[in-house]
Amino acid sequence: MAWTREQMAERAASELRDGFYVNLGIGIPTLVSNYIPPGMSVQLQSENGMLGFGPFPYEGEEDPDLINAGKQTVTEIPTTSFFSSADSFAMIRGGHIDLSILGAMQVAENGDLANWMIPGKMVKGMGGAMDLVAGVKKVVVVMEHSAKNEAKLLKRCTLPLTGAGVVDMVITDLGVFTIDKRGGGGMALIELAPGTTHEEVRNKTEASYRIAQ
Amino acid sequence: MKKLYPDAQAALAGLLRDGMMIMAGGFGLCGIPEVLIKAIRDSGVRNLTVVSNNAGIDGVGLGLLLDTKQIKKMISSYVGENKTFAQQYLAGELEIEFNPQGTLAERIRAGGAGIPAFFTRTGAGTMIAKGKEEREFEGARYIMERGLVADLSIVHAWMGDTEGNLVYRKTARNFNPMMATAGKVTVAEVEHLVQPGDINPDHIITPGIFVKRMIHVPNAEKHIEQRTVRRRSDAPAGTGEEI
Repeated sequence: MAWTREQMAERAASELRDGFYVNLGIGIPTLVSNYIPPGMSVQLQSENGMLGFGPFPYEGEEDPDLINAGKQTVTEIPTTSFFSSADSFAMIRGGHIDLSILGAMQVAENGDLANWMIPGKMVKGMGGAMDLVAGVKKVVVVMEHSAKNEAKLLKRCTLPLTGAGVVDMVITDLGVFTIDKRGGGGMALIELAPGTTHEEVRNKTEASYRIAQ
Repeated sequence: MKKLYPDAQAALAGLLRDGMMIMAGGFGLCGIPEVLIKAIRDSGVRNLTVVSNNAGIDGVGLGLLLDTKQIKKMISSYVGENKTFAQQYLAGELEIEFNPQGTLAERIRAGGAGIPAFFTRTGAGTMIAKGKEEREFEGARYIMERGLVADLSIVHAWMGDTEGNLVYRKTARNFNPMMATAGKVTVAEVEHLVQPGDINPDHIITPGIFVKRMIHVPNAEKHIEQRTVRRRSDAPAGTGEEI
């Protein structure tokens, strides 16, 4: 039994620490906010210009002036602050955000990340992803281990990069990998999802990795 | 020097010409200067280069200028929500220059601050680094990005006094304050018009020096792109359902 989307989000939430400022991407990363341990202070950053946001509003209380980076209506909490997009990316690029959790199309064993374009298809843009992976202290990717039987954990990314040597950790439905992006120590499998075998992971992974469980 | 104009058409009179570069504030449909965008559409000015984080949606915001094919090129970070955009792009009628969102924000901030270029780690080692000067600082690779100055900036503020001092509301601030500084001429639309002295000077975000012309838009329509709500029970951040 591989991990479900919710279980992957829950596993990603275990990377949170008290006092962290965190940016969550769209998709499975958004679900991570459901698993913030009670009593832990974690402030969520939204790159359009908001730090500290609450749940979606009650029906009828939506405010068009109050949205997150996914353009979804959200709410304020007592710790909320608002700022310009330039200040927002000063936080991101300046290394003030502790953790960025985002999705990916491909990750390479050297920490390269591709998640913004597929040549030949309509490109929507990178949004804030390139800034996040270049500037945030720790970058965690949450993604399906493979797509339509094609490996996504590769020796080298084949798609255009979002960032070169930027990923610290990859959480897939099959397990958890770390990448020593600065030290050049490569990729390591540190956790296997319950019911998953090493053989299955090996068959679905093109990247080389060592087992460090 | 009177900054307040009776309407958008009057405020833009003499400022518009074919082929010019316009910065338009907003993130998605939040905090966009839509009354000014409509006046630009009605003016018929063409071949515009528009700097804006997004390109509106079909029939709303900058989508209005795409419908009329007045835009030649967009400089944006994300344009996913616009079908007209995709059609015109694929037909070769529209150019797009993608900038990482933080790089776009900083290019505008730098332009307004008289800084012609800066170095950033963002995009180093990716295709957007192509053709850009690269340097190493403290062992990391950085690429050079240029400051941006537009012929005209249009911004949306929540409140402004007749001197042009502006205050924004919540996440409708986004790109508006930087763009207000980076236009050779900046025109602001304000929801609430007040007199000098009515805004606490400590609370002013954009000082009036950056604003040349302004209009009062008390009935500006606001749009919600992704309406997400929750039921009336406790729920943690980011949860709920899309409707």
